[in-house]
Amino acid sequence: MHDFTYRTASSVADAAAKVAAGEDAVLMAGGMTLLPTLKQRLAQPSDVVDLGGIDSLRGIQVSGGTVTVGAMTVHDAVANSSEVAAAIPALAALAGHIGDPQVRNRGTIGGSISNNDPAADYPAGLVGLGATVCTDRREIAADDFFTGMFETALADGEIVTSVRFPAPEAAAYMKFPNPASRYAIVGVLVARTAGGVRVAVTGAASCVYRETAMEAALEGNFSPSALDGMTASADDLNEDIHASAEYRAHLVGVMARRAVAACG
Amino acid sequence: MPTVKMNVNGEAVSGEVEARTLLVQFLREQLRLTGTHVGCDTSQCGACVVHVNGVSAKSCTMLAVQCEGADVTTIEGVADGDTLHPMQEAFRDNHGLQCGFCTPGMIMSALDLAGRNSAPSETEVREWLEGNICRCTGYHNIVKSIMAGARAMAAGQGG
Repeated sequence: MHDFTYRTASSVADAAAKVAAGEDAVLMAGGMTLLPTLKQRLAQPSDVVDLGGIDSLRGIQVSGGTVTVGAMTVHDAVANSSEVAAAIPALAALAGHIGDPQVRNRGTIGGSISNNDPAADYPAGLVGLGATVCTDRREIAADDFFTGMFETALADGEIVTSVRFPAPEAAAYMKFPNPASRYAIVGVLVARTAGGVRVAVTGAASCVYRETAMEAALEGNFSPSALDGMTASADDLNEDIHASAEYRAHLVGVMARRAVAACG
Repeated sequence: MPTVKMNVNGEAVSGEVEARTLLVQFLREQLRLTGTHVGCDTSQCGACVVHVNGVSAKSCTMLAVQCEGADVTTIEGVADGDTLHPMQEAFRDNHGLQCGFCTPGMIMSALDLAGRNSAPSETEVREWLEGNICRCTGYHNIVKSIMAGARAMAAGQGG
């Protein structure tokens, strides 16, 4: 790892000022992706601004059918929140299967979505549940937030402060994990909401996306059989040593059917 | 160079580190607490697990400077003098190790689980060990050790 200047931040405004002042400064949330990236010298920032000391970014609030998760809330806190489990059990379950216990003790929702790894779980959670990302500047609908591989709608230095999830009528997340890393080879979140059915897919393509044909099929008949014979198109899906594009396309259908079944 | 202060195994320590110094490097190379191991150095294997403010963390994927003011516990801090911690004793009783390289991380991870769940099932232990890799034992005796250790802790034999 190349050396850098380490800076703490006392508030979101302080962090924003410090990241703007640095020549090539980066923000650090839980560090579960950033530190391995620095160790591999895939990035060489001048400054690392640690958000870890900003207590106001941590915490979970549930009220009126809305779950608000502070950006620096660790996965373990979401997974083990009885309030989240009551309001959106699929969200608690999703958080409880990210990485391993030590990653869940340090990794945060804000860090995960700002990084937007194409195989991360939270992007499917946000898009599937129709969440809203709150930053220090504005609010961004999840549908508009994830823009490409490791790319988001965040401007330079913009800081995620919380994520707001509306409770769905029913939702479930099903993941086919890489057996080593626990990243999703394919993960599908299906939600039945007041605004319609949402099917969000992570791991399969370069960025989380919605399977609109499956959403339409489920709109009329919310049961696993509505998806019989349906798979994703393998065009432009990821291919690596773990799974071919065709295999991932098949898994999208399987995981979507399982998620619908788990919605009960 | 930044100076970092923390409590390690109940003792106030400080040292000059680079910003990039990992917690595990600080523990092993400056404090000479070499019970915490570096296995993969990529946050996969869990040989480097310690507790930071009471929860388990991979010390190869934390900066020393992130632990300013924190309470850190390593494998050296769990026994009571010459008396092994019940979880350590359970690993000995159940032959929960062969080469022993992964054992410090296994025990620190197990202690986090036992603190949350005093009677974990075999399935719960196996799921919890997602982040700890052992290349010798096939995990069977490690799982038995952790189940026995958690029960011993709950029975008030220390902890």
